[in-house]
Amino acid sequence: MVPIHAYLMLAMILFGIGAFGVLVSRNVIVMFMSVELMLNAANLVLIAFSRALGVVDGHVFVFLVLAVAAAEAAVGLAMIITIYRNRETINIDRYNLLKW
Amino acid sequence: MTLDYAIFLISAAVAVFGATMMIMQRNPVASVLYLILSLVAQAVVYVQLGALFLGAILIVVYAGAILVLFLFVIMLLNLRSNPELSASLPPLGWFTKVAVPVLMVVELYFVVDRVIWPPVPTGIVGKNPDFGSVETVATMMFTDYMYPLQLTGVLLLVAVVGAVVIARRESAEPRKTTASPDNRNEQPIDTVAG
Repeated sequence: MVPIHAYLMLAMILFGIGAFGVLVSRNVIVMFMSVELMLNAANLVLIAFSRALGVVDGHVFVFLVLAVAAAEAAVGLAMIITIYRNRETINIDRYNLLKW
Repeated sequence: MTLDYAIFLISAAVAVFGATMMIMQRNPVASVLYLILSLVAQAVVYVQLGALFLGAILIVVYAGAILVLFLFVIMLLNLRSNPELSASLPPLGWFTKVAVPVLMVVELYFVVDRVIWPPVPTGIVGKNPDFGSVETVATMMFTDYMYPLQLTGVLLLVAVVGAVVIARRESAEPRKTTASPDNRNEQPIDTVAG
């Protein structure tokens, strides 16, 4: 029997690492992966409470979040490819124009 | 310490280690591989919480599909560790960028600390052995959550079409041949077919 606080703490730490990665990294792809990590931390909380309450509603939400994450990854990576084609860099500090 | 707790601590340590190394890496390919390590450890935690289906889905969808997409993009762009990306930040930038996540985690800690809840029953075999199986999740998904599921399907379709439209290389030909409008109209069709 693991206390639910342990799962919440793990999700909290993973979320913090993801937020840190988004803010500190200059590589767009690493920033993007940090966002995925934050989504997964939220999923972990949903699953932990789903187990604590004994209902599977949380699992359905996690499934939908995974689908949205997949859609986000596809569109985001397509945008990265397009921007890279124009700017020849993946440094986020160089992406300072919305219109080229 | 029970076996459950030991499994949780080991997988949590691996998940945090993988996440930390993901941020620290300079080579984006190594970053992706560390994220896969972290996700596999998180899948172990999912299974421990009885979410068998979602643990499998996490590995199949994330490690199998999304992160392979990341690897494809990294290799397509031919990215290597770039000294420009690892240049040190100015001190004020470091301070704010470290302070924001730390403050957020401290706030979350105070919230989590006030949660009053009995320990979670872990392990696959519990009071209800079917908990989190494909059947129970799918029954819930296709009855109570039918409309969200359908909307997510539409969202995925839009995202796939949008990704193709965004990433499609606009051919340089139509811009050069601006003299004849007829040719300009025909050119995109050729590029789509090609």
